[in-house]
This record gives sequence, structure tokens and C-alpha cells, in this order.
Amino acid sequence: MSRKTDALQGSLDLLVLKILSRRSRLHGYAIMSAIQQISADVLRVEEGSLYPALHRMEESGWVRAEWVNNENGRRARVYELTTAGKKQLGIEESRWKAVAAAVNRVLLEA
Amino acid sequence: MSIWRRVTNLFRVKQLNDDIDEELQSHFDEALAQGRNPEEARRAFGSPLRHREASRDARLITALDSLRADAVFGLRQLRKSKITSAAAILSLALGMGLAVAGFRLIDAFLWRPLPVAHADRLYAVVRQGLGPSGDFRISDSNEYPLFVRQRAAVRDEAELVALSFSDRAELTFKADDEIERVNRQYVSGWMFPAFELRPAVGRLFTEDDDRTRGEPAYAVLSYEYWTRRFGREPSAVGRTFRMDNRIFTVIGVSPKGFAGTEPGTMIDVFVPTVMHEGITHSDWSWFRTLAILRPGVRLDTVREKLQPVMQVFHEERAKGFKTESKLFLARFLSQKLLLEPASSGLSGMQTEYRRSLIVMGFLIAMVLLIACANVANLMTAQAASRQREMALRISIGAGRLRLVQLLLLESAWIAVAASAAGGIFAWWAAPSVVARINPPNSPAQLALPLDWRVTLFAALLTFAVAFVCAFAPSLRVSEIEPAQALKGEERQSRRRLMLTLVATQAAFCFVIYFAAGLFVKTFERLAHQPTGYFSENLVILTASAREPQPPQAWDEASAQLRNVPGVENVAMAGWPLLDGNGWNGFIWVNGQPTEVLAYFLSVSPGFLDTMRIPFIQGRDFREDETFPGKAIVNEAFVQQCFDGRIPIGQSFEKETGDGVTRWRFEVVGVVGNAHYRNLREPMTPTAYVPFFGINRAGRREPKNSASFIVRTKGDSPASLIGILRSEVSRTRPELRLSNIRTQVEINDTHTVRERLLAILATFFAAVGLLLAAVGVYGVLHYSVLQRQKEIGVRLALGAGALDIAKQVTREMSVMAAIGIAAGLAIGFATVHFIASLLYDVKSTDPGITIIPILVIAGTAVVAALPAVIRAGRIDPASMLRVD
Repeated sequence: MSRKTDALQGSLDLLVLKILSRRSRLHGYAIMSAIQQISADVLRVEEGSLYPALHRMEESGWVRAEWVNNENGRRARVYELTTAGKKQLGIEESRWKAVAAAVNRVLLEA
Repeated sequence: MSIWRRVTNLFRVKQLNDDIDEELQSHFDEALAQGRNPEEARRAFGSPLRHREASRDARLITALDSLRADAVFGLRQLRKSKITSAAAILSLALGMGLAVAGFRLIDAFLWRPLPVAHADRLYAVVRQGLGPSGDFRISDSNEYPLFVRQRAAVRDEAELVALSFSDRAELTFKADDEIERVNRQYVSGWMFPAFELRPAVGRLFTEDDDRTRGEPAYAVLSYEYWTRRFGREPSAVGRTFRMDNRIFTVIGVSPKGFAGTEPGTMIDVFVPTVMHEGITHSDWSWFRTLAILRPGVRLDTVREKLQPVMQVFHEERAKGFKTESKLFLARFLSQKLLLEPASSGLSGMQTEYRRSLIVMGFLIAMVLLIACANVANLMTAQAASRQREMALRISIGAGRLRLVQLLLLESAWIAVAASAAGGIFAWWAAPSVVARINPPNSPAQLALPLDWRVTLFAALLTFAVAFVCAFAPSLRVSEIEPAQALKGEERQSRRRLMLTLVATQAAFCFVIYFAAGLFVKTFERLAHQPTGYFSENLVILTASAREPQPPQAWDEASAQLRNVPGVENVAMAGWPLLDGNGWNGFIWVNGQPTEVLAYFLSVSPGFLDTMRIPFIQGRDFREDETFPGKAIVNEAFVQQCFDGRIPIGQSFEKETGDGVTRWRFEVVGVVGNAHYRNLREPMTPTAYVPFFGINRAGRREPKNSASFIVRTKGDSPASLIGILRSEVSRTRPELRLSNIRTQVEINDTHTVRERLLAILATFFAAVGLLLAAVGVYGVLHYSVLQRQKEIGVRLALGAGALDIAKQVTREMSVMAAIGIAAGLAIGFATVHFIASLLYDVKSTDPGITIIPILVIAGTAVVAALPAVIRAGRIDPASMLRVD
């Protein structure tokens, strides 16, 4: 479990930004569920550590947050991507691709 | 924006926490709504507290948050030990107050830019060369005909402005008003436009006002004078006053804040330069030339254009020289023209007090450092009692930087409190020092605004002091060994640090005391300098008249004064000795010029007796002797002009100043030397000449001013001043008294600077000594506390009180001795810097070095006593039970 999160650590920002770029105005739980679903349960976020990451991204100006009342009357804090966030997503994506390509090359050649 | 929000978040930490908690809770609710098991969901979620901390850190600047917490904690610490904190704050307040007051003075005198446009492009035109006697000099005075040419030569590069050296003038607004004495400055008509100054009321001069001598003439009042004299009444504009037998009309008032260009003197009345007699004379230098460079013009361009103009002018003038030597001529023609920055104005007072002010600044800095050392010591001692707290903090993971921050904040609190208290002190101290800078009848006037410059200085000082005070204790924090400290052991280095600080205090204390000793001695030497006459019981009444008055009028007034009870003798002179006036000329003997520049004073018969200047040979003047003709000379004159041979019956000549003719005098008497100009210089060769001149008809000529020299019988000449004043105006109302002083007051004006330096340095020495005593006391007290167990053991083993005292004070004595030795070295190394402020004292005088050593050592002993007594009283039995 702890190993799994470690692998995720570096890419948590990327995943969150990507999810938010597809579907806007999600709350934390929904973001977590989306990551889990799309990755077919391979990637599991330690639920609590999602929030510090979200707040950090909020302070960096990549995402914007807002309190809303959702359909079943509960208050939730929903997030959406900002312009800076979109730019950041581009950066993170290309960085991830570079890393993945590098890792693949090592795997193939070694 | 983001940074700003993180800063503002600091002040709503509670709300922030609630916000985060609510979001985490909503996540949990969502999980349950999705049908998850509460137990499983909680486990998957992890520790909410940890996540909250992490989120919180992301959303505020944690460093600032800890800063806030430490500030609060630091304040609580200070309030816990009230007496120590108060002592620290007070000693620091004194030091910082002095520093701010010193800065205000130095800034106002030397650094603050004039409140005029383009002050940064303002330069003074000065010339540099060798004077008549071969001395290197820089002169900032100028001749008007040269100025006119210079102004034309650099018209495209700079605007030149002429500003006379301010002088005291007498004026009356209404005929029967008392005479007022004001500071007057002749200024170019285009000065106000060039400085872009706007009138407070009325109008200011323009170039047109400076073309011809108007009748009536125009004058502009300064805002200060307008306020003081007319209570800012706009109707002051248009009023007329009489000054130098001329009627002036007030056309306006200069703007607030502008009071001329001479720091130390506030101008009351501005008059156009055209009103000055000197504007047509090629040999009168009576004003400064300021150049306002146009933007982008290089300084050298202006200088290179001005230099040849001056050269040509000097060459033309040199053609008129008949009697001057070749050497004099060569020196005259080799003068160099320079441009010196003048953005903060120029004044003689600046020149006179610059070095004194800098010395004062250094002394204050040392007092401040002594105070800082005290605070550092107090904090170190306090830190000792918090040793365990600090060790605990380290063991539970506080970074050492964080501990340093804690100390810094504590000292910041002290510094802030001290700067507030010191500010109040400075607010009072700076003006009261200014009031003592000049003689009491014309004190220095200095605008001392409390503006951003002073505020910025105080703020920077507070930061610096906080840092300096926390520096030493911080060093120690990083040495704490938690394991040992928690066990109750302590390192010796803390005490060593405190002792080093005490040595530093002793060193600075010595230097201040040393300087104070030199200044006090200088003042005493000068104040008790033999003047050559008896200054006590002399009242000097300076009188002037609108029209020259016949000799009978002056004689009658003298006679009337002589009849006042309590008056012993009365005589007349052009002016009293040592009042700053002078009249000199080169002497010719046997038809040959000499290098001797002698001083002349016109005196009535009886002057020398009244002053009690002793006759060596010959006689006094007779009533019918007139100027020129006879002369009485002093011994210095005999030495320099007649090689020491008594010259009674012989003659000498004095140049009249036109370069051709000379006056001839026959020596009828020789008198003892008396100081004429200055107490510091050797006795000047002096010739006394008859008071009244003679006209073609062979009759004595009228005079329009004189000083009555009145010797009184009693010991308090001041008590006669009222009667003397009314006697003169009753007998001869046309003689107006413009000034009444005692000779002692006049003499005192020559030691004003020395007195000020002596008073200030003594004060600094006293403060420094007091602070250092507190330091010694504190350190010894701490050291006894720290070693009480050991002392208890010794006492129990039979050590006597004397042994204990020796043991407790040994280190302290060594450190004090080292400090004094260092101070001695610093003192001797820097004494040449203040040499020009000293008179007839040597730093090697035993008194100058031994007295401070004794005083500092004595103070240390007194300050050490309480701690030593405490050590002797330690009860071994109770000490051994501790821990």
C-alpha cells in the first residue's frame, strides 16, 4: 500500500489536473473515485493525502475551489481548472511522457 | 496575490482550520453515502489531523505563522521578568535615543538636501590655492564682477546664483520701535525662480528686481520670520522698514521650509544682491556662488568653462597690484577653480562643527554598543535559566534556526520598546543640543523635522540593534547539548561570552572617557587662557546712530555712563576685543614692506586702563590725538616689526587698502599682549590707534558706531545693564543701543564648541559608565548564581569570604583589564582624528589616561560588590541539598 502511493506521489498532480480537465467542478471524493475507476483500481490514492495536494494546487493558482450544495443537499467543495492549471497540465504531461519513455528505454535495452 | 492570501491567512488561522475540517468531513460523508463501511473508510482516509496540518501548511506561510507564535511567546517571556526587561529596555532606550538625536543633528547639519528644486545638481564654485602666507586653502567666496562674467560664460550649461554670507543686520519697522537684529542674506534676484520656490504670500524676487537699486528697495521675508514677527499676517507685505539707512519694502514671504542655504542659520530677510555695495568692487569677495547644472551637463564641462574666466579676471586684477611680492602674485594666479557638491547647503558652521559632529556620532555609537552588550548579556543570562526549555525544544525537534528566531524576536521586542522610549528622548535632546551650538545671543537655528529620513533611520537602527543583541545569545543556542543540559550540566562558554562582552564594554567606556577627558581639558585650557586683560566686571554697550554723530555726543554719553553709581571707568572702542570684528593690514617699517599682518583697533584714551592692559613703556593717547598719527602697539608687534627693540618715537606704516597709499603712525606706547581675534592662536601683533579721525578743517570727525567699554566696581556687572541702557538713551536718544553684553559673555563665545563637546562627551562618559556598571553587576550576579553549588562546597570546606571574593572576581578583573588595555590602544590610535578639536592637551598626559582607568576600575569594584556579598552569604548546607 505504501509503495503504491509512493509511485503515485510524483504523478498525483498530473492525475488530478487531467481528471479536472475532462470533467470540471468535481469534489475531492469524486476526483479520487475517478482516478480509481479510470485506472481500473490500479491507482489508489490515499484518500486523506488528496486534500493537501488539492490545497497546494489551489495556492499555486492551478485550480479554483468553491463551496456548493450538491443534488442531495450536502455541502461540498468543488474544484475546477484555471488557465494556469491548463498550462501546468501540459508541462506535467510532457514531463511524464519523457520519464515514461526513458523508463521504457531502460527496460528494453537492459 | 497568492502570497498575500497566505499572509492574510495567518490572521484567520481558526477559520482556515474550520474550513479544512469541513471539507474533510464532507469527504467522509460522501464515502458513507456511497455505501462504504465507516470503519474501512476511516482507515483508508488516514489521520485527519495530519492531513489538516499538511493542508494548513500549504495554505499559509508556515514560517510567518511560527514567527507570530514566537513573537507572542517572546513578549510573554519579557513580561515574565519585568525588572530585567525594564533594565534592558531603559539602557537601550538611552543608547538609541542618543543615536536618533545624533542622527537628526548630523543629518540636518550635513546631509539633508536643501528644500529646493534640483538640489542634486547643486554645486558650489570654490577656488583652491595657497593663501598669502603659503597655507593651503579652499575659499568659497567670490567677487561680483567676476561672477557676472562667469554666469554669462556657462549660461547654456548651468545657472549661477550669488548668495552672500549671511550677516546680522539691524532694522526697525517703525521709527520708535526697538532695533531688531535679523539674519540677512543678499541673493540673486533669479535665485527664487531657479530654485522653483513659490511665495507664501506676495511675490518673490525676479531677475528684474536685481538690476538697479530701487528706492525704496525690495525685501523678501522668510516664512519663519514672518511667523515670528507678524503672526503670518498677510498685511506684512507692503510694510516698510529701515535698514542701513535705507528704506525697504516687503514684497513677499518665501515658502515654508526654505530659510536660506546655510545650515545652522535661518535667514530672516532676503535682499537682492544689487543692494550690496560690493557688486561694483573687483576686490571684495563677499558671497558664495552656487551652480545649478542643467540636466545632462557634465561637471567638468562647466569647470573647464569657468576656470579660464577666473584666470583672465585674476590676470587683469594682478596688473593693478603695485606692492605685492612675486611669490604672492604667483600664488594668486595659480588658483584652481573647483565645483563641490552643495546639495545640503553650505555654511561656516558646517565647516566648524563637521568634525565635532562626527566625533559625537562615534561616541554615541560606542554608548549604543555598550547598551547592546548589556542587553545581550541579560539575554544570555536569561537564556541560562531557560537552558532546559531550549534543550527540550531541541530534543522534541525544534530546529536551531527556529530557536535563533525566538531569540531574535525577543530582542526585537526590546528594541522596539527601546526605540519608542528613545524616540521621546531624541525628540527632546536634539533641539536642546542645537540651542547650545552657538553663543546664546545668536544660537544656531536648525530645522529638525521628524520626517521619513529620521523614521527610516530609527527603523533601521531598531533592526540592527535587535540583531546585534540577539547575535551573541544565538551563538550559544547552537551549542546546546540537549542531553547534558537536561541533566543540569552547563558549559563554561556562556560565562566566557559574557565576560568578553564586559571587556568590550570596558574598552568602549575607556575610549569615551578618554575623549571626554581630552575635551574637558581643552575647554578648561581655553576658558582659563590668559587673555591679556581683566574680563570680569566689564559691560560692553554697542551703539549705532543713523547719521554719524559728532565726537561731543559720544563723549557726553561716556561721561554720563561714568557718573552711574557702581561704574569705575568708561572708554570707547570701535568694537570690543574678541567679538569677531577685525581690521588688519600689512605693516611697512622704514619704507620697506614686511610680512607682518597686524590688527588695528581704534580706542579712546583710557581704553587700555579700563581693560587693564598693562603699559610696558610710553603713555596713553591724549584727548586731542586723532587718527592717523599716533599708535600704541603690543609686545608681539614690537617683536615682529622692531625685532624686540622698544620703538617709542619710531614710526611704521599701514597699507590703506587701495594698493598705493599708506598711513603713518608714530609709536607713543608699548603695552602687554591681549587676544584680539581668537583664543587659540598666538598673540597677534596689534596696534591701538586714536578713536576719532580728523577732517580737512583739523576737527575730529563724527562717527556712527562705537562700543562703550564700562568697568563696574561690583561683582555683578549684569545688574547695571538696565541703568546703563537707560542712561545712554536718556542722554543721547540718537545713539541706539543694538547690543549689550559682558566681556565674559563675549569671551565665552570662543569656547562654545569646546564647552558643547566637553558637556556632551562627559554626559556620554557618565551614561556609558552607568551602563557598563549594570553590565558588570549582571554578569557577576549570574556567575555567582551559576557557581553557587561550587562556592557552597568551598565554604563548607572552610574557605574564607575573601577567598571566595577573589575567586568570583578574578575573571572579571582580568577581562576589565584587557578591556581597558584595548581601549587605551584604540584611544591612542584614533586621537589624531580629534587633534584639531583639542587645544594644548596631550593624550599622553597622565591625568588623561589614569583618571578613566581609576574610574572604570572603581566602578567595576562597586558594581561587583553586591554579587560578592551574595557569594559570601551562601549557606553551604542549603546549597548542597539542591538537586
